[in-house]
Amino acid sequence: MKKQLDFNKVLIIILAIVLSLSWLYPFFLIFINSFKTRTEILSNVIGIPEEITLANYPNSFTAMNYLSGFGNSLIITVASVGLTVLFSAMAAYVLHRRNTKLSTFIYYFCGVTMLIPFQAIMIPLINVFGQLNLLNRTGLTIMNIGFSVSLSVYLYYGAMRSISTDLDDAANIDGASRIDIFFRIILPILKPTTVTVIILNGMKIWNDYLLPSLVVNQEGMRTLPLELYSFFGEFTTQWELALTGLILAIIPVVLLFISLQKYFIAGLSEGSLKM
Amino acid sequence: MNHYKNMKKTYWLFLAPVLITLLLVIVLPFIYGIYTSFTNSNGLTMSFIGLTNYKELFSDQRFLESINITFWFSIISVLLVNIIGLAFGLLVTSIKGKFATFLRTTFFIPNLIGGVILGFIWQFIFIQAFSAIGSATGISFFDNWLATSVSGFWALVIVFVWQMSGYVMLIYISFLTSISQSVIDSAKMDGVNAWQMFWYIKFPTVAPAFTISLFLTLTNAFRLYDLNLTLTNGGPFGSTEMLAMNIYNTAFQEYSQGYAQTKGVLFFIIVTIVTVLQLYLSRKREMDV
Repeated sequence: MKKQLDFNKVLIIILAIVLSLSWLYPFFLIFINSFKTRTEILSNVIGIPEEITLANYPNSFTAMNYLSGFGNSLIITVASVGLTVLFSAMAAYVLHRRNTKLSTFIYYFCGVTMLIPFQAIMIPLINVFGQLNLLNRTGLTIMNIGFSVSLSVYLYYGAMRSISTDLDDAANIDGASRIDIFFRIILPILKPTTVTVIILNGMKIWNDYLLPSLVVNQEGMRTLPLELYSFFGEFTTQWELALTGLILAIIPVVLLFISLQKYFIAGLSEGSLKM
Repeated sequence: MNHYKNMKKTYWLFLAPVLITLLLVIVLPFIYGIYTSFTNSNGLTMSFIGLTNYKELFSDQRFLESINITFWFSIISVLLVNIIGLAFGLLVTSIKGKFATFLRTTFFIPNLIGGVILGFIWQFIFIQAFSAIGSATGISFFDNWLATSVSGFWALVIVFVWQMSGYVMLIYISFLTSISQSVIDSAKMDGVNAWQMFWYIKFPTVAPAFTISLFLTLTNAFRLYDLNLTLTNGGPFGSTEMLAMNIYNTAFQEYSQGYAQTKGVLFFIIVTIVTVLQLYLSRKREMDV
C-alpha cells in the first residue's frame, strides 16, 4: 500500500514538472532568442544561442522609448488605481451606513453599469472626451476610474457589511466627524479589500491596449503596450529587437508579481469570487 | 443615525466622485451611443436615419460571420479553459509545499501579462518557430499558422486558453482547499480510490466554481480584442475577425460610426442576456441546495 502511494506521488510530480516546463516554454523561447543575432534567430530558432549577444537590450530599450512608455504606464496606472480606491471606498462607506432607498438604488445602478461592454460605448466616449479636450493622459485616467469604480464599490460594500456600526457610534460620541471616522477608522480596516481592488484594477489598466490606443496614441504620451505595439509593427523584420522588447516589457510585471505573490493570489481569488 | 453632524452633506460629498465619473464615462456615452445608432454618423457629420442601421445588420455577411466566429471561439475556449483550469487546480492541490507554489505561479504567469505581449510572443512562435519545425521535419502541419482561417482560429484558441487557464485554476483552487482534511482522511480510511474521491467529494465541492469560471471565461472570450489584433489582425480577408474587432474596424477604419454603434448596442444586448442568464442559473442553484 505504502509503496504504491509513493509511486503515484512520483508520477504526479513528473507530470507536474513536464506540464509546468512546457507551459513556460514560450517565455523561455523568447528569452533565449533575445540573446541571438538577427541571422542566428532565422537560422537557429529553437536552439540555445551559439554566442550570447547582449547588444539587443540597449538597442531595443532606446528604439522602443522604454523609459517614456514605462513612465506613462506608471503614472496612469498609479493615478487611476489610487483614485479608484479612494472614490469607491468613500462611496461604499456612505452607501452602507446610510441605508435608504436612494442608497439601494445607487448601489444597483453601479451594478447595471458593469453590464455595459466597452465596445458599446467606445465611439461616443471618444467623441465626448474629444469635445472636452481630454484625449490625453488626464482623460485616460478619468476613463480608467469610470471603468473601475463599479466593481470596486461592490467589493468595498461587501467588506463594509462585516464592520460593525458600533465603531462609528463610539467614535461619533467622542466627537469625530464622518470624514474622520472614514479616514482614521474605516479605511484602515478595509485594507484587505484595498489590496484586491488595487491588484484587479492595476493589472487591467497596466495591460490595457485598446482604450489607450484611442486616447493617448501620440508621441510622448504612449503607454508601454502602445510603444510595444508600434515598435513591433516597425521591427518584425528585426526579430532580435522585437523579442528583446517583449522581455523588457515582461520583466517588471513578473518581478512585481513574484515579490508580492501572496497578495496577488489572495486578491485575484477574492475578486473573482465576488464578481 | 441622524445625530451625526452634516450627514447629508458628507453623503453627497463621498458619493460625488463615483457618480460624476460614472455619468461622464459610462452613462452619458451610453445614451449618446443609443442615439448615434439611429444616425449615419461618420465622426464628423450625423443625421437621423431611423432603423436603417439595424436593418442593415441582418444582411451584413462580414458582421454575421464575426458573430459566428465569436460564438464558436467562446464555446470551445470556455470548455478547454475550464477543463485545463480544473485539472491544474487538482494537480496543484494534490502537491504540498514550495513546489505547489511554484506550479501555481507557473500556470498563472501568462494571465499576468497583457494580451498584446502574449499575442506577439505567439506570433513569433507561429511564424518563426513553427516554420523552423516544419522545414526541419517536412510536416506541412506547421506551415503558415496565422495565414489560413482554420489554423488562425485555432491559434487564437491556443493562446487564449494559455492565458486564461491559470486564472480559472485560482478559482478552482480556492474551492478545492475548502474541503476539510478530515473529510479526505476519513474517506481514505474507508478505502475510497482517487477516482471516487474526485467524483463524489471534490467534484460536488467545486460545482459552484463552474458557474463563476464559465461566465468569467465567456465574458473575456466575447470581448477579446488584443489577441485578435496581434495574432491574425482578423486575416486572412476578415475570416478570423471577431465581434469586438469588427466593431472597432467599422468605427475607426471605415468611419461608419453610426453603423458601428448599432453593432455596439446589439453587443450590449447579447452581454445583458448572457449575464441575466448567469444570475438566474446561480440563484437557481442556490435554491436547489
